[in-house]
Amino acid sequence: MDTTTQNTEQPPPTPPEPASAATTAEEGRAARGATRPGDRVFLGLSRGSGIFLLVIMAAIAAFLAYRASIAIGKDEGNFLTTMEWNTNVDPPVFGIAVLAFGTVISSIIAMALAVPVAVGIALFITHYSPRRVGGVLAYVIDLLAAVPSIVYGLWGALVLVPHMEGLFGWLDTYFGWTGVFEWQEGAPRSLLTVGILLAIMILPVITNVSREVFRQVPRMHEEAALALGATRWEVIRMSVLPFGRSGVISASMLGLGRALGETMAVATVLSPTFKIHASLLDPGGGTFAQNIASKFGEATETGRDALIASGLVLFVITLLVNGAARMIIARRKEYSGANA
Amino acid sequence: MSTAPTPAPTRATVPTPRTLRGARLPKWSPWALAGGSLVLAVLLGLVADMDNPAQLGLIAAVLFVLGTYGVAARVEGRRQAKDRVATSLVWVCFLLAVIPLASLLWETVRQGVKVLDFYFLSHSMGVVADTETGGGIYHAILGTLEQVGLATVVAVPVGVLTAVYLVEYGRGRLAKAVTFFVDVMTGIPSIVAGLFVLSFWILVLDMGYSGFAGSLALAILMMPIVVRSTEEMLKLVPNELREASLALGVPKWRTILKVVLPTSIGGITTGIMLAVARITGETAPVLLLVWGTNFINTNPFADPQASLPLYIYQQYANSAGYGAAYDRAWAAALTLIAIVMILNLVARGIARWKSPR
Repeated sequence: MDTTTQNTEQPPPTPPEPASAATTAEEGRAARGATRPGDRVFLGLSRGSGIFLLVIMAAIAAFLAYRASIAIGKDEGNFLTTMEWNTNVDPPVFGIAVLAFGTVISSIIAMALAVPVAVGIALFITHYSPRRVGGVLAYVIDLLAAVPSIVYGLWGALVLVPHMEGLFGWLDTYFGWTGVFEWQEGAPRSLLTVGILLAIMILPVITNVSREVFRQVPRMHEEAALALGATRWEVIRMSVLPFGRSGVISASMLGLGRALGETMAVATVLSPTFKIHASLLDPGGGTFAQNIASKFGEATETGRDALIASGLVLFVITLLVNGAARMIIARRKEYSGANA
Repeated sequence: MSTAPTPAPTRATVPTPRTLRGARLPKWSPWALAGGSLVLAVLLGLVADMDNPAQLGLIAAVLFVLGTYGVAARVEGRRQAKDRVATSLVWVCFLLAVIPLASLLWETVRQGVKVLDFYFLSHSMGVVADTETGGGIYHAILGTLEQVGLATVVAVPVGVLTAVYLVEYGRGRLAKAVTFFVDVMTGIPSIVAGLFVLSFWILVLDMGYSGFAGSLALAILMMPIVVRSTEEMLKLVPNELREASLALGVPKWRTILKVVLPTSIGGITTGIMLAVARITGETAPVLLLVWGTNFINTNPFADPQASLPLYIYQQYANSAGYGAAYDRAWAAALTLIAIVMILNLVARGIARWKSPR
């Protein structure tokens, strides 16, 4: 009614309009009247669960931050730079420097190894293998993505670690002079082994997402390139990879998120120490998740809060990485028109 | 036809290519090159006194790639050579990845069958020391089933309803926020979910370690997966079905319950089973919240329980060096993989059987 009275420019159509609007609204209300409670309850329930998910995310951040603030308040060292984890002594001294270093380094190794290989396998499945073989392979890789991480951990500790000695000796002989690949003694339970194991674990994840993206490359792009006389590799370089670039990036970041937060595989393989080693082959170091799993059993109240504080840091890092990956995917969806 | 005789003399002066394509290597050449580089690598190994098969394999791979490039560049030209190198690199990638993954499955099966029998599945670890042989995983299987079951009961309604909200009602800022955070939530490390339940349920609410605490964390991990897969499935339901139902005067909520959900129930079940398979193998939250025990505890709401992934970790970690414990860990790992794989296969079977045609 307000709009009709204010609308002075078009006097003629005003009389019929409010009438018809009122009748349709009336009818609509009448038609919907009987069903409204059910609809309202259902809408409330489903919207409620959506909100519940948001509340959980907020609660995770809030509770972790709350316990973390308690721990950091008691910390005698600097939480970011101290290279110790002594939570059970009276003024507790702990910091995440070693953990941050180990987490970043092992994840970088994992990414450097896994991304090229995963892209290769994805290309193999989509463009090189016979169609039948590709289908079976994709299926197998799907299943491998489902293998629990503790099984990877057990395999890593009991099968991979003994097999790493050869590689470590070789690296030490030929690249020991760099300092990064110096191997003194001890079982090869080092950050490099962890990185390799993580690479194997995230391989199926990255492969699966990249494969989906490569499969969506418009057929026309490829056929156009082929028609111009391009070889298969040139087709891939000119049409498949440019199209799939953002997809591969986000796939890699999803893999990175996995690698950053991986707990059990690292906890079984690494022999943790609270030191930063210059050499990747020296046993020792630690990651956020591994430290939580291995220190939790003997932790006191303060110790648990300190572990929660380190978990908060991990949470924030993975949140950023995953958020960035999702943003890239979302942006790609918008401009390429290919809906994943 | 009439012009055909005239160009004949000019054609005779220029050498006619027999085909339009350039020279090609015969089809068997990659195999010959692969064989040749293998033999060469073994010979090199004999000369340089190396007997590590991995090392020899790597040398063979490098020789193969270089050889392919050389031969192809001479016969077919640089562009074709690059193409062949790319092909062989892709093959190398594939083989490189297959080796560890095959080894993982092979070792688990080989070591796992040693102690895996009915006794192992039907007995707990009560009064069996970690260094002794014997004992079993009955208590762990029981714990895992209860924890995963409870987590499913908590997560599935929330997940499915959220997906319904996103697909059927969701518009505007709230829906966008939910979509984004569901995506981000998929990437939460399992240990962080464990820490959250620890700080909330155990430290703040002062509940004890129990199977239920573990299932809360597992539910948090499961919800976003269920939302994602259910959402995809609901989007596949044709709009015509909804419109037909609404046109008959059926209220929206009944349309969703009686038309939309039944149409997509196959896909939703598949998604849920895949999510269940995923959380069945989660160890970290269970380690923090369920604590583990050697005895049978059928009550998930009080006192520590065992769980299959946790059992593997504890057998490995608490008794390093003793073969009996390792054997049990492998056998439990084989059981766990079998459970997860069966869930996966059944889920995919349902997907194929119920797929919208």
